[in-house]
Amino acid sequence: MSEATLAESHAVAHAADAHGAHVSPTTGLSNNKLAMWLFLGSECLLFGGLISTYMLYRGRHTGSPGPAQLWDIPLTSVSSFVLLMSSLTMVLAVSAAQERDDRLTCIWLSVTALLGSTFVGAQVYEFTSFYHEGVGFTTSLFSSSFFTLTGFHGIHVTVGIIMLMSLVGIISRSKVPGDKAEVVELIGLYWHFVDIVWIVIFTLVYLIPA
Amino acid sequence: MAIIERPSTVPALAGGGAPQFVTPSSSYGVFRRPVSSTGWRSWLFTVDHKKLGLMYGGAAMFFFLVGGVEALLIRTQLAAPDNTLLSASLYNQLFTMHATTMIFLFVMPVTTGFANYLVPLQIGARDVAFPRLNAFGFWCFLFGGIFLNTSWFLGGAADGGWFMYQPNANALFSPSHGVDFWSLGLQITGIASLTGALNLIVTILNMRAPGMTLMKMPIFTWMVLVVQFLLVFAIPVITVALFLLMFQRVFGAQFFNVDAGADPLLWQHLFWIFGHPEVYILILPSFGIVSEVLPVFSRKPLFGYKFVVFSGAAIGFIGWGVWAHHMFASGLGPVSVAVFSVSTMLIAIPTGVKIVNWTLTMWGGKLRFTTAMLFAIGLIVEFTIGGLSGVTHSVSPSDTQQTDTYYIVAHFHYVLFGGAVFGIFAGFYYWWPKVFGKMLSETLGKWNFWLMVIGMNLTFGPMHILGLQGQPRRMVVYPEKLTGEGFFNLHFWNTVASVGSYILATGILMFLINVLHTARKGAKAPLDPWDARSLEWLTASPPKAHNFDVIPHVHALDEYFHLKYEEVDTDAGPRLVKVKTAEELLAEQEANADEHIHMPSPSYWPMIVAIALPIIAYGIIFSKVLAVAGGAILLLGMFAWSLEPSVADDSDYDPPQGGAPSKELASV
Amino acid sequence: MTTTEHIDHTEAHPETHGHKPNSFYIKVAAALAFITGIEVALYYLTLGAWYLPILLVLMLIKFLTVVSLFMHLKYDNRMFAMLFYSGLILAVLVYVAALMTFRFFDGG
Repeated sequence: MSEATLAESHAVAHAADAHGAHVSPTTGLSNNKLAMWLFLGSECLLFGGLISTYMLYRGRHTGSPGPAQLWDIPLTSVSSFVLLMSSLTMVLAVSAAQERDDRLTCIWLSVTALLGSTFVGAQVYEFTSFYHEGVGFTTSLFSSSFFTLTGFHGIHVTVGIIMLMSLVGIISRSKVPGDKAEVVELIGLYWHFVDIVWIVIFTLVYLIPA
Repeated sequence: MAIIERPSTVPALAGGGAPQFVTPSSSYGVFRRPVSSTGWRSWLFTVDHKKLGLMYGGAAMFFFLVGGVEALLIRTQLAAPDNTLLSASLYNQLFTMHATTMIFLFVMPVTTGFANYLVPLQIGARDVAFPRLNAFGFWCFLFGGIFLNTSWFLGGAADGGWFMYQPNANALFSPSHGVDFWSLGLQITGIASLTGALNLIVTILNMRAPGMTLMKMPIFTWMVLVVQFLLVFAIPVITVALFLLMFQRVFGAQFFNVDAGADPLLWQHLFWIFGHPEVYILILPSFGIVSEVLPVFSRKPLFGYKFVVFSGAAIGFIGWGVWAHHMFASGLGPVSVAVFSVSTMLIAIPTGVKIVNWTLTMWGGKLRFTTAMLFAIGLIVEFTIGGLSGVTHSVSPSDTQQTDTYYIVAHFHYVLFGGAVFGIFAGFYYWWPKVFGKMLSETLGKWNFWLMVIGMNLTFGPMHILGLQGQPRRMVVYPEKLTGEGFFNLHFWNTVASVGSYILATGILMFLINVLHTARKGAKAPLDPWDARSLEWLTASPPKAHNFDVIPHVHALDEYFHLKYEEVDTDAGPRLVKVKTAEELLAEQEANADEHIHMPSPSYWPMIVAIALPIIAYGIIFSKVLAVAGGAILLLGMFAWSLEPSVADDSDYDPPQGGAPSKELASV
Repeated sequence: MTTTEHIDHTEAHPETHGHKPNSFYIKVAAALAFITGIEVALYYLTLGAWYLPILLVLMLIKFLTVVSLFMHLKYDNRMFAMLFYSGLILAVLVYVAALMTFRFFDGG
């Protein structure tokens, strides 16, 4: 969905550029960026609901392992660190894009995607090891809500990686419809949002004991 | 769309960078961009907000009839005691789908249709901010609605009531695929609502004509803005709830499995955190419509415009803090019940402010009782009745008595039918000449109105009595010997309600006849039949494809009125004098028309991406392969969409060089 | 909008774009990494009653740092901040209220 909004381009801006200022946006702000921030505001309620569900159910796992037995804090700390650093590389990509340095933009975007993939890889490893310890999606209320919450987050990261990689491909072939720097910035906003959601999950789910 | 005018030779600059020329035909290799501006293709691939608005309206009216038939079946079953017309199972499906259809497939999309059509016109814009996203939203709604209704033929529809309480809607108690269809279908229409809301908010914030500050916006646009904010923040909540439900039923998750220690109230909270803002999502657009209609037919500005705006915003805000009043009987505990009871009483204040403002708008005005005006007044009266019974629910001891009785059914039909639907019909009669250039018949309109008013009061009025007498909601059959005697005989009042529902249906039929009659031999509408006040009347009827020849500069609230009338000082004090007619204003527009109007171009992708969603949904229910195929279509469609510029390249608009249009050009 | 040289472009709107040198972002990231280190260290220490509030404050600092600096919300137009924070604050209020009705916070 967010990808759809991204390239939903600048009908008005286009007209404004070509035909004078009389149809330029009222606020002077980009339509795409407004929509992206609004979408992220909306996502807060999505993740809020998933986090609340987890918080309510985290202690309900009679007869099967719970958070205290399962968490591998060193692993999760490292993967959290990796995701945090991907925000840095993302912001460097945005900077490079604003400087119109396509080569550097692509490099930073690729590094971001690589870090994101590392994070997803760690998550897959984590899920598998939980499964081997006897905690699957359907095992308990705790496990259902944990896998749903972190799974949703993982899907968001994966969608972000797909967008990053597509963007690298598109930029290197110079086929971005619209403002290249803005597209990078918009995907950057999405990426940082995914990161801040993880900041919350890392603390509320992993570090605080149930 | 295709305004085929040669664009300016100045190259369009993309965001300050080097000029970027992207020829659509070379970028994606699958299809060339559709260009038809007539025929069915022009509708199917359109991104025009007016065409999409009409399609929203048309599809929603179809679902209105479907939901209406479901309602008539329910009322027929209840017309007499010991009735065997419907089985209990079918009855459950009917009331579930009646509510689901009316809420998600009629009122929401039809008001989205109004918003789509009118908001750009009211704010002096040529289209919405994201035309393709707009088309995507429409197709999601339509495909989601159709998907939801195919459940009738694939093992039975959802049967858990529109709020689908848990664990009653678990696979154990509801073994058909109905609830799966329900959760997935609403997920799809939810995507429609979310994208539509993002689009309309950005449009309203960003694309107003020069000079139109927020406090000079038409009141309907204001109410639409509030509703879209409610949608943006409420839809994700129901999304979470629907995902949990789907995971529970399809993948065996535990969320609502009470054996595993689940709390059934989790569903209720998530549902009503969405559900209460939802009721304002349903009613506020109608409030906006009557706030447009009443001033026009009272020949007075809206009384206390600012109060109406702020009370609308206040309703939107407080609407987030009252959801648990739907759960007073669920054992929340005294503190929660007290808090939500008070917040619910509070929300009656801004609603009352609106009622007072409307009444005072009419006070001392030169009233014209057109059909649109009658529906608007009907809303004030019927909604107030529903609002008053609503206040009785906010008092939790009283609510505990009323919960799950017909009294509740009476209440929400007064506010939703007498409120939302009456507002929508006021809008039909008011804007029909604008949209179609023809006047709906006033004679048939009066029949339509009075049959609906009588019908709805006969149908829903007795339900107050039935409910207070203890008739439960969702009851399929009642035995004769338990109907009681005298004035409170349940059989009698149920029969009255059923007869009322047929009168109501006749009223709707009058509307359909009116539409057909108008389409075939309706009188051509004058440019400004009602002496209206807002900008949508500044353009031709039906509006031109690009809405305005010149983007108006706005100086005042009710700008169009102020273009027509000026205040002149006379001996008897200042008086309004008509200085320009609608025809003169339109001629002025046409004389100064912008030369190069470059509208967004049609696209295949919104529809293709949207159709992937029901394919995935069928796949989740029936076959993994189908889900994967749907996912592939979704992904490819999104790529193609992202790579396609929303405005076709200048070269696409080139007129043919000498003679007949070349085939190449026409298909680009 | 017609500027083609990026130098002019960035100098013309330093506030709206929040364009900072890369070294600034690296410092911010280092600070974030440091805070994450503290969080993990706290996990292995036994702080008792102080653990939860400290952890929540650190979480909030990290959250707001990324939002304000990496997402440029601090330098960008206030409209963006309003849209995002209204969603965020609404989410916190509504869900905390819902969890309160489950007496989630009663146990401490």
